[in-house]
Amino acid sequence: MTGRVDLKLVVNGRARRVLVPPMKRLLDVLRQDLGLTGTKEGCGEGECGACTVLLDGVSVNSCLVPAFQADGQKVVTVEGLAVRSKLSRLQQAFVEMGAAQCGICTPGILVSARELLARSSGRVPSEAEVREALAGNLCRCTGYQKIVDAVRAAAAAGRRTSKPRRAGRGARTASAARRVASGARRTASAARLAPARRAGARSRRRA
Amino acid sequence: MAEHWPPSFPRADPGSVPAVFFAEPAAAGVSCSMARTAPSPRPVRSRVLLRPPSVGRSIPKLEAYDKVLGRALYLDDLHVPGALVGRTVRSTIPRGRIRRIELDPAFDWTGVVFADHKDIPGENLVALIEDDQPLLAVEEVRHAEEPILLLAHEDPERVEAAVRAVRIEYEPKEPVLTVEQALAKQAIIHGDDNVMKAITIARGDLDAGFAGADVIVEGEYRCGHQEQLYIENNGMLAERTADGGLTVRGSLQCPYYVHKALTRAFALPDSKVRVVQTVTGGGFGGKEEYPSMIGGHAALLAWKSGRPVRIVYDRLEDIAATTKRHPAVIRMRTGVMRDGTLVANQIDIVMDGGAYVTLSPVVLSRGAIHAGGCYRCPNVSIMARAVATNTPPNGAFRGFGAPQTEYAIECQMDRIAHRLGMDPVALRRRNAYATGDVTPTGQTLRESVGAHAVLERTAARVGWAAKRRAYERANAAAAREERAGRFSRNGARPGGIEPSSTAAPARRVRRGIGLSLVLHGAGFTGSGETRLGSQAAIDLKPDGLPRVLVANTEIGQGTITVFAQVVGETLGIPAQLVTIEEPDTGRVPNSGPTVASRTVMVVGGLLQQCARAMREKLELFAERPPRDADDFRRIARRWLEQRGPLRVESHYQKPPEIEWDDDRYRGDAYGVFSYASCAVEVEVDLDTGETRVLRVTTAQDIGKAIHPVLAAGQIEGGTLQGLGYALLEEVRWKEGRVWNHQLTNYIIPTAMDAPPIDVEIVEIPYSRGPFGAKGVGELPMDAPAPAVVAAIAQATGVFVDEIPVTPERLLRALAARASVACEGARAMSPVARAGPGRERRE
Amino acid sequence: MRSALSKLEVVRPRRLTEALSEMAEAASRERPTPIAGGTDLFVYLNAGELGATRYLDLLGLRELRGIQVRRDAVVLGALTTFHEIRTHPAIVRRLPSLAAAAAEVGALQIQHRATIAGNVANASPAGDSLPVLLAHDAVVHVRSVRGERAIPFERLYTGYRTLATDPDELITAISIPTPPSGAFAFFRKVGTRRAQSISKVVFAGLLASDKRHRSVLVRFAYGSVAPTPVRARNAEQALIGEPPSAAAAARAQQALARDIAPIDDIRSERDYRMTVAGNVLDQFLRAADPRFMRGS
Repeated sequence: MTGRVDLKLVVNGRARRVLVPPMKRLLDVLRQDLGLTGTKEGCGEGECGACTVLLDGVSVNSCLVPAFQADGQKVVTVEGLAVRSKLSRLQQAFVEMGAAQCGICTPGILVSARELLARSSGRVPSEAEVREALAGNLCRCTGYQKIVDAVRAAAAAGRRTSKPRRAGRGARTASAARRVASGARRTASAARLAPARRAGARSRRRA
Repeated sequence: MAEHWPPSFPRADPGSVPAVFFAEPAAAGVSCSMARTAPSPRPVRSRVLLRPPSVGRSIPKLEAYDKVLGRALYLDDLHVPGALVGRTVRSTIPRGRIRRIELDPAFDWTGVVFADHKDIPGENLVALIEDDQPLLAVEEVRHAEEPILLLAHEDPERVEAAVRAVRIEYEPKEPVLTVEQALAKQAIIHGDDNVMKAITIARGDLDAGFAGADVIVEGEYRCGHQEQLYIENNGMLAERTADGGLTVRGSLQCPYYVHKALTRAFALPDSKVRVVQTVTGGGFGGKEEYPSMIGGHAALLAWKSGRPVRIVYDRLEDIAATTKRHPAVIRMRTGVMRDGTLVANQIDIVMDGGAYVTLSPVVLSRGAIHAGGCYRCPNVSIMARAVATNTPPNGAFRGFGAPQTEYAIECQMDRIAHRLGMDPVALRRRNAYATGDVTPTGQTLRESVGAHAVLERTAARVGWAAKRRAYERANAAAAREERAGRFSRNGARPGGIEPSSTAAPARRVRRGIGLSLVLHGAGFTGSGETRLGSQAAIDLKPDGLPRVLVANTEIGQGTITVFAQVVGETLGIPAQLVTIEEPDTGRVPNSGPTVASRTVMVVGGLLQQCARAMREKLELFAERPPRDADDFRRIARRWLEQRGPLRVESHYQKPPEIEWDDDRYRGDAYGVFSYASCAVEVEVDLDTGETRVLRVTTAQDIGKAIHPVLAAGQIEGGTLQGLGYALLEEVRWKEGRVWNHQLTNYIIPTAMDAPPIDVEIVEIPYSRGPFGAKGVGELPMDAPAPAVVAAIAQATGVFVDEIPVTPERLLRALAARASVACEGARAMSPVARAGPGRERRE
Repeated sequence: MRSALSKLEVVRPRRLTEALSEMAEAASRERPTPIAGGTDLFVYLNAGELGATRYLDLLGLRELRGIQVRRDAVVLGALTTFHEIRTHPAIVRRLPSLAAAAAEVGALQIQHRATIAGNVANASPAGDSLPVLLAHDAVVHVRSVRGERAIPFERLYTGYRTLATDPDELITAISIPTPPSGAFAFFRKVGTRRAQSISKVVFAGLLASDKRHRSVLVRFAYGSVAPTPVRARNAEQALIGEPPSAAAAARAQQALARDIAPIDDIRSERDYRMTVAGNVLDQFLRAADPRFMRGS
């Protein structure tokens, strides 16, 4: 076919439909046609992973996926990780443990980490496993240390067996984090968060 | 005089928040103690601290919420209806003259906006230090990727096609592509002799020093370009304003630098140019001066078209065209006594500035000042030159000259230790700065000298002596086993190997540990801070809460959070209640650039002064100190009702004890230095020359960690960039153009390449820093590379004197040593060193 | 993105026969370029290096999916992804070097999309799976409107990035014979870093002996050291029919120089590749049998 494709996708649990050229990149469909700018472009070559989304549950570089191949698929982006304004455990861990510095790699990393935690089925992945799961997500700011720690902390929190961290910084309670979140000043350029709506689904705590 | 530190210290898990170990200055030197919270060295005048202190605690990073939610709007995320997409047409040759520019008549140019140098309303230059770099080339081309034309159109595909429809005919000239060629002066491409800047630092009597030395060691060290590789490419958005001015937004570190550049390029008064920083995805110096260029381009297209124009580079263009770290060749000749005492040090530095001056004089300056490293030496001569080549101009990158020269001095120290048969830590201990020592520029280090502290802490924490011995024994055992034909089958199973295992069976590996000791001056060099004349302000919002007004930018390091902590603590309110205004030149004063490790120490210091002043005013007004945050707010709102706005300002005043002579290059180069020591453990695969970093252990004295997690984050991130500098990152050239400008081929570390990084923060407060804080941003970059080189030397027996120590370089060095020693190693023929002047066969 | 993606046309056949007809269409139209996971094609498109304007989607063709485990071979549908390869229990057990190669392709995001046939069709001399397929004497099954063919892997590449296939043929499957039980399989990729890297030297080895310890199956397959993936046949010959010994290993090393022709390029250097190719061969042999390191 030439011209446009009538693309029907489920993005972050919501049915979406757009008319786009078939070879338009999924990354650009998300950012431009669907207004979901959380997913980023860092290289256009599938090297940096800033464009990582889940496509039918698996992590992919959306800069390498033509729109037509996403037709009928489920996509999860960073915008789909929080439930309404409540941060997921992963997101919370990133905020508290310094795993996000400039933040440009953060959406892609969160999505890759989300996939890792989903397939770890409740286990806390080892440091080596986390590093391998994130090997396709380049970060230039953090040195990865706090990212790896935050992913593991989130997994541990999910198990509800996390031991208190020795230096006392890692394991704030969810309620404390929420208090802080509601009082915190945002940067001046922050947009208002659209409530995440999931048609017909009960809200579920997510990793 | 070595300081004594307590022998036992709880070892933090890798990745746990670093335990804080700090010391308070005392009358007779430095003592140490350990506590959960640190009282500030200067008591806040009010006796009431309204909350447990925020400074020294790792509160949740305020900037991070938007980022983890994917709501932070970076430049390319902004929805700007009607904006055009701008693109740059660049030179494809490194040197020559533009003979003709033709727009392909077969292309449909309707609607394509076109701008060249003739469209520039003001001066055709990117104002910085010297006015030598044009915004757009006129006739002469001095480097590949030099910008010549600008094009814009609504449709990105159209403007991309338009770029390809421009034909430029050149008269090429023979380019100067290496510092050697520049110094040979066969072609003059800058000034009279290709030298952009020369600096000499001298102390004592060099000849006498060498005459008295027991041993003299010489070395030549080379380091190459390094690309900052922020994950967000450069991007700027510009629009004309109704009053005939310009508003420019984008990914940048220094809004007032861009502001200054635009006022000159567009002949506009200050009030008509407004520059706003958008959320920035990494800078590392790569967005210090370059945004003035891309901002000027977007502005010119906006000027010409009357429409908003956004230019966002793709990665290919960003790597090829923007600034990089200055390559350097550093020669050292060092005289030492048999007991390891340094008595003479002669250092020659040549840096490659690229085609235009940009920041080269300052990079050279910092490099030269740090070239003697962390060591006392009575007789020093440092001669430094920055030369021009026909390559894209080099610029700021974290460390700014110091990573280059400290790599050299640290490698030199390891060579000296080897020559003397001395332990590398012991050699450093003998010579490391202590309070009262004098630097090559004649600066007396009066306070906050953490050199010995970080050296001892690092050595202790990593278990230096035991590890060094253990690796030596393991290497000897491995060599013995291999000679006997016995190899470990690690990972091998009958029928094959574990999938996804990178530990292939029967490898030949060796291990080693190396250590470095470095320092980094905080703030602008010499009289730089005085010339900057930074200003900061705090005012009250209508809701009675304070608002910080500075031009410093959050680029990942946590500026917003840290400023909020400093101001909050001083005012006695929670950090979360302090607003930091957006860095917008229309709304904030010029508090100077976000560079040079000055943000916390200098600007944080100014803000602390403002906050104190505000607090005093409010206390006087209320006739009592505020009881808590709500009370503060009530008092503040009463002020606003009764007295109107409240705004306090503070201006940088040079501390009286700092003296610097720009002409003689002598005196106090910086108010204070931060110090770091770094131990790196590696495993080298002898079959492939690959080096894997197993672990990094580092102690860093930063005066005071306002936010320990953020400070550790700076250290971890800078350390990994230093490891990339040492092992992976190399810019390769072909005919004067960057060959490896795809991310596939410019290699930075992945999470699997990164080792666990164990950080210990040492706090030896600086009396002039807010809460004792010095600088942390760049210090971590200076330490890793020489430690890697030293670790590889223990593992393999060879000191490689060029970084990155790529597998190719290492195998060549091993073969060279082997052929000298007549062992049966496979010999490799020497291959020309990579560099812009060395061509690769296809 | 330096290509005009909005101008690209896509054909989406639902069945293999439709796809093959599209590929065979007369020369008046541009023959469509097949696209599977797109992990190579979109890199070229991004750099503006791919002029094709018509594409043929392969992902919709169910006939090209699936992994069949037969008694003596594993048959991979063309669209088998590297992630499927590295996690499939039979492949991990029977073709461990293929699973190892799959695990080193790019990173997870790439492995989830990149297909085995895409790797083969892209024909880069640096392709990670290609030496493994070569070492295992894989067979590439192709089809066109004219029928099916089976091309032994060693005959697949006729030159740099050139396949022996006809322009209208599509790869449908790759069958890989299971090595004899007791065979030692080995894979090593020497890349630019520990993940997300392109190989500088990539090697797959296979070795099996008879009851008298004589080497009867010897395969040394390399990538990135010649215009195509190559078998180091002269080096292999040095081992055939003999029990393992240091002398045999030494002969193999000497012969190796005749089998490979590495160059300097953007990633590495000729001399380095030559040295490492030999070292990796040594590593394979000593991992396979310590007697390769001892005198005969």
